[in-house]
Amino acid sequence: MFAVDLFGEALAGMLQRPGRTLLTALGTVLGVGAFVAVLGLTATASGQISSRFTALVATEVRVEDNGGPDPTTNDISFPDDADQRVAAIPGVVHAGVYWPAPRLEVTGVVLPGQRPTEDIPIVAASPGLLRALGPTLAQGRLYDEFHNDRAEQVAVLGSAAARRLGITTLAVRPAIFIDGIPFTVVGILDDVQRNTDVLVAVLVPRATAQALWGPPDSTARAKMLVETRVGAAQVVAQQIPLALRPDAPELFTVTPPPDPRALREGVSTDLSVLFLVLAGVCLVIGAVGIANTTMVAVLERTHEIGLRRALGARPRHIAGQFLLEAAATGTAGGLAGASLGLLVVVTVALIQQWTPIVATWTLAAAPGLGLLVGLAAGAYPATRAARIEPVEALRR
Amino acid sequence: MSPVVRLSGAALTYPGPPPVPALRPTDLVIEQGEYVAVVGPSGSGKSTLLNVLGLLDRPTAGRYELDGWDTSALSEVDRTALRGRRIGFVFQAFHLLPYRSAVENVALGQLYCGVPRRDREKAAVEALKRVGLGHRLHALPTTLSGGERQRVAIARALVGGPSLLLCDEPTGNLDSATSAAVLDLIGELHADGLTVVTITHDMTAAARAQRILHMRDGVLTEGAKAVVP
Repeated sequence: MFAVDLFGEALAGMLQRPGRTLLTALGTVLGVGAFVAVLGLTATASGQISSRFTALVATEVRVEDNGGPDPTTNDISFPDDADQRVAAIPGVVHAGVYWPAPRLEVTGVVLPGQRPTEDIPIVAASPGLLRALGPTLAQGRLYDEFHNDRAEQVAVLGSAAARRLGITTLAVRPAIFIDGIPFTVVGILDDVQRNTDVLVAVLVPRATAQALWGPPDSTARAKMLVETRVGAAQVVAQQIPLALRPDAPELFTVTPPPDPRALREGVSTDLSVLFLVLAGVCLVIGAVGIANTTMVAVLERTHEIGLRRALGARPRHIAGQFLLEAAATGTAGGLAGASLGLLVVVTVALIQQWTPIVATWTLAAAPGLGLLVGLAAGAYPATRAARIEPVEALRR
Repeated sequence: MSPVVRLSGAALTYPGPPPVPALRPTDLVIEQGEYVAVVGPSGSGKSTLLNVLGLLDRPTAGRYELDGWDTSALSEVDRTALRGRRIGFVFQAFHLLPYRSAVENVALGQLYCGVPRRDREKAAVEALKRVGLGHRLHALPTTLSGGERQRVAIARALVGGPSLLLCDEPTGNLDSATSAAVLDLIGELHADGLTVVTITHDMTAAARAQRILHMRDGVLTEGAKAVVP
């Protein structure tokens, strides 16, 4: 008997009851589908997280005032027009200077029992910084260059700071008192993408802070946050010190973003391991399904087996035929499962507007996985089929 | 030239407990071109004899030579090959594969004989024409009448050019008109030189044979030519 004939007989056996073959393969389809979908979704989600993370970090340059040769003096090396100087560099989106102002008593809405607090940090921040934070406003607006140039007594509150100070609405034009000096609250930040610690702080214009409380303390010098376009950070970082102080670029320490590739770490795989176990369980169920149906088919086709034996088939021919049928069913199930899994990954990615990522090896392995399941499931029924005696099988 | 079948003291006892002697020690020679009918009540051992002659079962004692080959000395693999090449089976229940066309069913007869697919199909078409089904080559068995099904089964038995055609109640599932047609066909094949052994209850079927053997309680006896009533 030729191998091609064995394949032909197995294929005919599969195709003669297509509905049943489909049901038989269903377990494998689901198992392999779950396998591909889990790996694909994990890869897609982690790719998404790391790309988001990377996008934020890769467009961020931080500049520190290192104080020059005598770092003990209280001074600021950033010029007054630092925002504009840096923003003029091609590739820079926003840039701003900030430093922590001294701890002072802050009073919000004056209510009985509400005492002034020194717990709320005050941050001196140039208008460019507010924009570089990537802010979402809850109410009001950001202060701008106009306020800064005139050293206006205005403040923007972080959402947590606003709650603590009892400021709930800007409709009543509230003011807060910092060390007894009134500041009009112009905006409340809902959230920021960078420097999230400002959410608990009061932000006041840089010029106002400098006029009232002097330059930053030598222990907490001014810093600059620069938001760049994607890909521009490294080049921008080199130009910033010269743009700020052509006379003394060495006053600044620039921290460009780390190499983006170093950040691409896998997300925790605990969850995917759990799902893989589930996929494995599906595969086992699939194998049991194939084994069951093949067993039933062997019993049903006892006459056929007897006939084939009478026509000169050896036991190994019978075993080979049933094993091949099971293996082919498993492989077909694996292929269908891979398609199904891929479809799931792409659909989820489409809905979430993510980039679908599926490792090619998972797709390549899927038919093989189905084949293994089919072989494992078909082995026992096939040996049973081979042991059927023609005399028994042909008895009416 | 050696006879097609030579049984020398062949006997088959199914192991017990208690042991059942299905075929008592038997001597039988069937020459080439003979048409032999084996008759007897059910349980008499007819089927056991057929299984032994068809190499489906091995006698527990004695010798069985098929075409001069001593089959008791052959391995199971060789017996299987010999069965596939030298013996054609026709069963009462036809045993056709329900989802395969007539040609495919007939071609199955040579599947395990190392014949390439193309030659198998050619031979199958020839065999179907020989049994008068040249017009139903691609019909499924489910669409065929009982007589046509048995013709397909006979074509399958013929296709490999066997030395011996073994028929097990070939007309058992057929009405008398179709029975007659199938028996006519077997008669024609015999007339063309084929050696035929048929086991049957049906005396009309047995009457077609040249030689009738009686089977009773595992003992085979030569019988007179039956008289058709």
